[in-house]
Amino acid sequence: MTALTPADVDLTTVLADAHLDNPVMTASGCAAAGQELHQFFDVSELGAVVTKSVMRDPRSGRPTPRMAETPSGMLNSIGLQGPGITAFLARDLPWLLQHDARPIVSIAGSSLGEYAELARRVGNTPGVAALEVNISCPNVENRGSVFACDPFQAARAVAAVRRDTPRGVPVFAKLSPDVTSIVEVAEAVMEAGADGLVLINTLLGMHIDLTTLRPLLGGGTGGLSGPAIRPVAVRAVWQVAAALPGVPIIGVGGIRTGADALEFLLAGASAVQVGTVIFNDPSAPRRVIAELRADLAVRGFAKASDAVGFAHRSTPGST
Amino acid sequence: MTPGTAVSRRRTTAQAGRGPLQVDGEVFSVKRVGDYFHLTIVADGIAERTRPGNFVALSVGDDTSANLLRRAFSIYRVKPAGIYGGTVEIIVAAHGPGTSWLASRHRHDRVNVVGPLGRPFALPKQPVACALVGGGYGSAPLFGLAEKLRERSCTAHMVLGASTEARLFGALEAKRAASSVTVTTVDGSVGIKGVVTDPLPTLLARHDIDVVYSCGPMGMLRAVTSVATQHGAWSQTAVEEAMACGVGVCMTCVLPVVGDDNITRMVRSCVEGPVFAGDKVRWDAIGTVPAGTYGTSVPSRRP
Repeated sequence: MTALTPADVDLTTVLADAHLDNPVMTASGCAAAGQELHQFFDVSELGAVVTKSVMRDPRSGRPTPRMAETPSGMLNSIGLQGPGITAFLARDLPWLLQHDARPIVSIAGSSLGEYAELARRVGNTPGVAALEVNISCPNVENRGSVFACDPFQAARAVAAVRRDTPRGVPVFAKLSPDVTSIVEVAEAVMEAGADGLVLINTLLGMHIDLTTLRPLLGGGTGGLSGPAIRPVAVRAVWQVAAALPGVPIIGVGGIRTGADALEFLLAGASAVQVGTVIFNDPSAPRRVIAELRADLAVRGFAKASDAVGFAHRSTPGST
Repeated sequence: MTPGTAVSRRRTTAQAGRGPLQVDGEVFSVKRVGDYFHLTIVADGIAERTRPGNFVALSVGDDTSANLLRRAFSIYRVKPAGIYGGTVEIIVAAHGPGTSWLASRHRHDRVNVVGPLGRPFALPKQPVACALVGGGYGSAPLFGLAEKLRERSCTAHMVLGASTEARLFGALEAKRAASSVTVTTVDGSVGIKGVVTDPLPTLLARHDIDVVYSCGPMGMLRAVTSVATQHGAWSQTAVEEAMACGVGVCMTCVLPVVGDDNITRMVRSCVEGPVFAGDKVRWDAIGTVPAGTYGTSVPSRRP
């Protein structure tokens, strides 16, 4: 094995029909629509910018407190506050395209009709690299049960999006780890037409305030994210990669460094998303790209794609 | 964050010369002041961009810290780079693991600083009479503000209040910086026994105050705004809302604020604040999403 320098490493990534310069993206909800982070680094350097989930209508979100720091992580309960799709398409998406970013637009619906409408409006906008379907939302047509927690409902949401998204724009389904079998949900949404998977969304958690003796978050429960959940995310990527070989997977959950990102590639992810660590280090996505490059080089991986799923090989170390 | 990487002192590509910087800072000194800690951090480039009311967001611990969220502090003072690097000064109340970590730093320790952040205090264009009201270490940003006001030939009357003398910050410095100083403590250990809003109506009337600036706990800001509005003065409040990022991406630090179009929105205190016109904040509704807020027509999620 000849010594590689970080500059030699080929980071180009193919995810279904999306071709990216590198496998590092922002995670939805941790980078808004890119503008704030552009103060710290050029967002066009990222593989993609995954925008905060947009809904059809403007949404005020939940009352405060909306977050609690937890060991190596945090709980959030934002409630999908956002401007709605019309303002997003008028203001946020054009900004990303003008700044040469690769936008992956996360959409969230509260009914199948809303998912379909969002898919049409986003999917038909030129320049969108892919759609990410946030199915961790309550379905108002099904007594508020969360789409992601039931393989059948998850598949219906994804099918609604895929049917109304133009061919050539890949659709990625973001799955919740709060299920009995994530492989079962993964199979269902792939069957429904997803082009790939994003693993994982936050885990449902709670923090009780010892002063008020009540749940701290305004919404009661919140989504747990950060390094605390990384082993859960790596496990989910591993299980799904083993069960569904060849399915493009984007790994997300607690990535803080390039080494963490490499762990996801080895487990079977072709790309990764950097989320909560942005709150700690707004330059983190850019730093993770540089660190991943070095971490691949030192292990002799000339291409990031060579590392994808490497941990599944029966003889570790042989290439 | 990682020392020695290109992250340090990286400035914006889009807005070179403006906006916040991320700086790998170095602790210059930590001094105890009453119940608080006065930190001076060498963080080049921040001073030149700072205006009174701006804040900084500091990371806690090293690159493997279990406390991921930045802590936000209003900027007490800045000194531009001279013989030494530029510095930024903050006042810390050590009441949790993050603030205790910061308070226990030593000279030459590294602290990552993002700033200056947020909208600063709006300054009057005319030489008017101003009152500056600080609760506890909330007085920290008022000294730089007083200086700027007096440069504009405004008067700057300070009212500083706290529960006890040890929790007052800057009462001595105020004598230098301000046109007059009034001190209140709840326990009466120094100054008037009571709270800042007790002497405020008399002060506003006596000096015919046009603008009331305030910084401190939400309850105090609400009460100060109420007194200012009754007097017919303009109110500028710097809020303290819990933040995760400080830069506008996390959406946790929101509060209900009425816009010029009379519509209430949940706005981010980190980028649209921390300074708000006091009469625009829905103080009564903080911690809730009041009925009629923009975006509430959609059924909200249940926990």
